Amino acid sequence: MARYVIRRVLFAIPTLLIISLIIFLILDQAPGDPASNLPLTIPAEIREQIRESLGFNEPIWTQWYNWTKLMLVNEPKHLFESATDICIGGCVENSDRIISWSSRSPAVDTIYQRLPQTLWVLGLALIFGTLIAIPIGVFSAYKQYSVFDNVGTFVTMIGFAMPVYFTGLLAIVVFSVKLGWFPSFYDTTHDVQFSSWSSIWIQIKQLVMPVSILTLFNASSLARFTRASVLDNLNQEYVRTARSKGLGESTVINVHVMRNSLIPVVTLLALSLPGVLGGAIITESVFRINGIGQLLLVSIGRGDLPMVQTITFFLAFLTVMFNLLADVVYGFLDPRIRYD
Amino acid sequence: MTDITDGIQVADELPDHRSLRSDVWRQFRRHRGAMFGLVILAIIIIAVYVVPFFYPYDPFENNVPERNLGPTWKHLMGTDNLGRDVLARVLIGGRVSISVGIAAMLFQVLLGTLVGILAGFFRRVDGPLMRLTDLFLSIPQLPLLLVVVALFRDPIQERFGENLGIFLLVVFIIGITNWMQTARIVRGDVLAIKEEEFVLAARSIGTGGRKIVTRHILPNVLSAVTVAASLGVASAIITESALSFLSLGFPADFPTWGRLLFDAKDLITSQPARIIWPGVMISLVVMSVTFIGDGLRDALDPKLRSNG
Repeated sequence: MARYVIRRVLFAIPTLLIISLIIFLILDQAPGDPASNLPLTIPAEIREQIRESLGFNEPIWTQWYNWTKLMLVNEPKHLFESATDICIGGCVENSDRIISWSSRSPAVDTIYQRLPQTLWVLGLALIFGTLIAIPIGVFSAYKQYSVFDNVGTFVTMIGFAMPVYFTGLLAIVVFSVKLGWFPSFYDTTHDVQFSSWSSIWIQIKQLVMPVSILTLFNASSLARFTRASVLDNLNQEYVRTARSKGLGESTVINVHVMRNSLIPVVTLLALSLPGVLGGAIITESVFRINGIGQLLLVSIGRGDLPMVQTITFFLAFLTVMFNLLADVVYGFLDPRIRYD
Repeated sequence: MTDITDGIQVADELPDHRSLRSDVWRQFRRHRGAMFGLVILAIIIIAVYVVPFFYPYDPFENNVPERNLGPTWKHLMGTDNLGRDVLARVLIGGRVSISVGIAAMLFQVLLGTLVGILAGFFRRVDGPLMRLTDLFLSIPQLPLLLVVVALFRDPIQERFGENLGIFLLVVFIIGITNWMQTARIVRGDVLAIKEEEFVLAARSIGTGGRKIVTRHILPNVLSAVTVAASLGVASAIITESALSFLSLGFPADFPTWGRLLFDAKDLITSQPARIIWPGVMISLVVMSVTFIGDGLRDALDPKLRSNG
């Protein structure tokens, strides 16, 4: 098991490096550079000096190496230093970090400010989605072709077919415009005071719509997949054996079938993360949540390449970590995977 | 998938010759959802590709005195803020959305099948190709899409023309980030089929590697590819609309369903109905294509097939 985990971790590192290189090479083709946004009164030779000082005239490999060093060495070091107040061999100054072209402040700090909003919505939607989808999927499969199954299949199909940007707008029309139950956009300036009920209530109210929209999206594909996986297992011989030796139905389903059929669901959860992140970006755009996704969209619009690079790398990092986690959990759940 | 080949052999021995295709069709027709999906999809495709030739209103023609109308008999879906007929725009937008979906699906299925067959058939490239697949699976798709479209839209539009350029770019980028699932499925199938006796038989009478792939392996993975293809259309349409919805897809005067949603979202209080039309169309297409995929999977898998 330890060897398996180590091999997976060792594979994740080059994956991340290659992804960061791909992103870097793509962004290198971008037309803009920081000098193009400077006032026109700056003479050409000074413009050239600015480019020089930002390392723009270096070969692309050197630029990539410098960026990777900033991202993988200086940023984690700074995070550690600001958390513990211990500096090893001199503190990381802000000038040694990735600087956004538009805000002129460290890109990671901005991401750090935007992260809570994204995590609130994304995390809650993932948790609720899983909690709803798995029971529905299992019960639909167990009672295949029953009324519950047909209704469930239809609802999950609708949730699967209606894209987030459509359901989100529909929800705004119905619940904000017509009924006025929930605010149509997310107010980030609202500072949640956990001591006051009204403050928590405001936070809940503004979270309801984005979280339920994203939950519907996550739960639909997950429920469909769970149903298929449980159906596969229900016809296996070990289920017949379990029943024939007199085990109760609940033991057969909850212990034997569930354990086996949820293994592939774990993988799906991890593999669907890129899709979920995409859904989160769109949800943020629909409900005007100023999280990571909105920051990415704005930075793309401004041509703020360091910010775009850092956010995409961060999202890739999340994805790779989830895949790694899924691989390890899979290996833990299904011993056959480990041998090769 | 091994069972499909068994299905062919059994079918060939039967006295009343039943081809695999008629068997699949017979089974497919039983799947109510799939038939429903097929009918809906056929109606939408005819509406989108044929009806605009007869439809009296031009989707691009402004008619400001008749702007912001609700649904009337003259304009079944009303008119937009420039007086353009919404139904005409939904139809023409669907043509783009569905074309993008089909083109991106073809691209990703071809690429995925190629990678899958190479990886499954030639042991030497299996490891590297599968690592490549894993790598692509770790790339967050939508952020990359947004970045690439934003950066390369202008140069590609200069080279290929405004609409064709963005079409090619969107199709390429959706295809290149979506082929991995097909490749994995195909590889798994090829690995299993490669060990079948009929491949051994073909090899023993001196069939070359290329012939074995094209004549024996490819036909047997086609069923899995068909299912992946139908799901690919759905995800491609959703992704294209998402791009247009984030205003990073097709240009403003070139409507797609996502673009129509994007245009309508600012009029959400005054004209909520304009969100419904393109949204319902996207959902209907995705739903029918997914149902068709479900039906195909059931029909192509002999294990699930009922007798008769």
